[in-house]
Amino acid sequence: MTGHRSERKAAARGGRQVFVTFLLAALACWHAGCGTGGITVVSWGGSYAEACKKAFFDPFSAETGIEVRVESFNGGLAQIRAQVETGNVHWDVVDLEFADVVKGCDEGLFEVIDIDEFPPAPDGTSARDDYFEGTYSECGGGGTYYSGVYAYNRESFSGERPSTLEDFFDLGKFPGRRGMRRTPVVNLELALMADGVPTEEVYAVLSTPEGVDRAFRKLDTIKSDVVWWETGAQPPQMLADREVVMSTAFNGRIFNAQVLEDQPFTIVWDGQVLDYGQLAIVAGTPRIEAAKQFLLFASRIESMAAVGRYIAYSPTRRSGMDLITTHAETGIDMRPHMPSAPENLARALRNNPEWWTNHAEEMTERFSAWLAR
Amino acid sequence: MARPLRSARLRAAALTLPLVFFVGVTFIAPLGSILVRSIHEPQVADALPQTLASLEAWDGTSVPSEDMFRTLATEFRLLDEQRKLGSVATRVNRLESGMRSTMLDTARALGDADPDSWRDAMIAADPVWGEAKAWLAVRRAGERFTLRHYLNAIDLDRDASGNIVAQPPDRRIYLPLLFRTLGVSLVISVICLILGYPVAYLIANASPARSNLLLLLVLVPFWTSLLVRTTSWIVLLQNQGVVNDLLVAIGVIGDEGRIALVYNMVGTLVAMTQILLPFMILPLYAVMRSISPVHLRAASSLGATFRQGFVHVYWPQTLPGVAAGSLLVFILSIGYYITPALVGGRTGQLISNMIAYHMQESLNWGLAAALGVILLLGVMLLYLVYNRLVGIERMRLS
Repeated sequence: MTGHRSERKAAARGGRQVFVTFLLAALACWHAGCGTGGITVVSWGGSYAEACKKAFFDPFSAETGIEVRVESFNGGLAQIRAQVETGNVHWDVVDLEFADVVKGCDEGLFEVIDIDEFPPAPDGTSARDDYFEGTYSECGGGGTYYSGVYAYNRESFSGERPSTLEDFFDLGKFPGRRGMRRTPVVNLELALMADGVPTEEVYAVLSTPEGVDRAFRKLDTIKSDVVWWETGAQPPQMLADREVVMSTAFNGRIFNAQVLEDQPFTIVWDGQVLDYGQLAIVAGTPRIEAAKQFLLFASRIESMAAVGRYIAYSPTRRSGMDLITTHAETGIDMRPHMPSAPENLARALRNNPEWWTNHAEEMTERFSAWLAR
Repeated sequence: MARPLRSARLRAAALTLPLVFFVGVTFIAPLGSILVRSIHEPQVADALPQTLASLEAWDGTSVPSEDMFRTLATEFRLLDEQRKLGSVATRVNRLESGMRSTMLDTARALGDADPDSWRDAMIAADPVWGEAKAWLAVRRAGERFTLRHYLNAIDLDRDASGNIVAQPPDRRIYLPLLFRTLGVSLVISVICLILGYPVAYLIANASPARSNLLLLLVLVPFWTSLLVRTTSWIVLLQNQGVVNDLLVAIGVIGDEGRIALVYNMVGTLVAMTQILLPFMILPLYAVMRSISPVHLRAASSLGATFRQGFVHVYWPQTLPGVAAGSLLVFILSIGYYITPALVGGRTGQLISNMIAYHMQESLNWGLAAALGVILLLGVMLLYLVYNRLVGIERMRLS
């Protein structure tokens, strides 16, 4: 009997030890972030994240041995703000629209980075001078140009096909549902341009209350026929399913559907909104050293240009432009598919990140109230 | 004799401790914190203590004194250095649109140098500082305890002089959304009852083998992931989906005239009805199974038609199940969020989607909390009315 009991006691003690060890391990894990070897990089999912993974996430891991875990989000600062404010940071590096990088930097959501630490261009030009004007923030690294365009499925049109931005807003000429991103960014600009505002005046008009009203009035004209999308992967899907006849989209997603899936899509470059983004390190991440290493790696021109071998987005550093050649998998020439190709710039608006930094909150609030009505 | 009994009782009580702890941590504490959040917003008050102290003496109309300008500018500058001004400005901006850029631009324009006149320097940075409304916005944002989230949640607001006024028409969205949510929930409960009642009757009165099979047909979808069921509805209902293809194939509609069945209210109604149907069928079935078929036979042997027998004998006995099922479906649909978010498009959104928006995107947790509390009170009120009309003690889940 006693033997049994002491055995049972020993077993219980052993069990307790295992349990305590387990608990301690869990606590340590919780405190320091489990798998401290790796970092979590948050990107936009789908073909873009796939392109970044091949272009520089994987090469970074191969070079440093630091594992990169990829998560996706749909942009914006909300989740980052929540992590920083609650002190529970589990994202390390985030790929953001430039206005959000600047805004988050202002609010202390991102770590400040010294751009002079970035590798210079091959000819010795410093990174500071190598970046196109206004495309780097004191919290950002890396960077790509992309574009808000609209595209259509050729099979949806038997006769005339849309060719101008005005056609997107013309329900009489081209009936059918349209996809648009569920955010005021780009949409307000498209509305004003389609309403006849010249590209150079768009942000001046938007800065007046009447201008904002005008943009929303223009959006009102197609509101009943709009399907709102949130993730970049949705527009090509909706076009392929013919859920919509045309949709705004990030140009690279349409490009990838064209070349990799042979979808009969056409991009309308008229009235494109040229925009750019950067990577930023979330303030207070316990994996700051690895995150910084990653950011420096991502800011090499080879890394930035490599993205352009998998998706039609170009680097924001001048010297990177020379490295844009062919698509890595199909070998087609990438240059005519880039938003910055001269023939695509006939009527193009450069997104004004400063304007959006100041007005995003207000416009988003108004936009969601407008949507809910 | 008493001691072992007491210790046994204590031990029994101790067994419930995990549950008490669980309920406390997962239910009572979050609910309490939501209630507090809806009226307590200390962030601006903590960030601008001296400015707010100096604003207390201010009459609210005259141009503030040089001293107040200096205090405000100094605190702005300090916050900007700590990179905290952005989030403070965001909160002020909710009360007076445009204040975010005003505050950030002012802090930047002031730079590090001390000007001769703080008033001139700040008005030069943004003329709005010469107006009372900018200062009133800062003062109101600095209130630690506030009812403005509740006002906003029912489409009201305070104007500059503190009177309660209606929001401008393009901002009145919450009350209509609340009524829409109640309406949709009611419609879904009724549809579920109409669809579920015959099914439950069939299952309750079929032979054991068939009844088991039918019950399985109800339970299998019930066990399937909510997301799977919702996305399946997208596949079925979308423009090029199965339903539209079928309608085109049999010639009910032309290829150009495909009906929009998803990403609108139709999508929300169809998907939610299907998802919530088991919550109606199961309580109905449980109650119907306990009703002896002898009752109906007795009625007909006494000369009642089937209709009379149903209305006077069967239906009254199923009322507890009807009550339980309807209340369950109604309350579940009031808080439903994922399905409308996925298939509701713009017009099929419910109040919970707005709460989620303020929780996750605008990060206006105060407003989200106020909306949540109003929804909770609404449900409790309806529950009381329901109890009065139907009587909760008559409700049976099995």
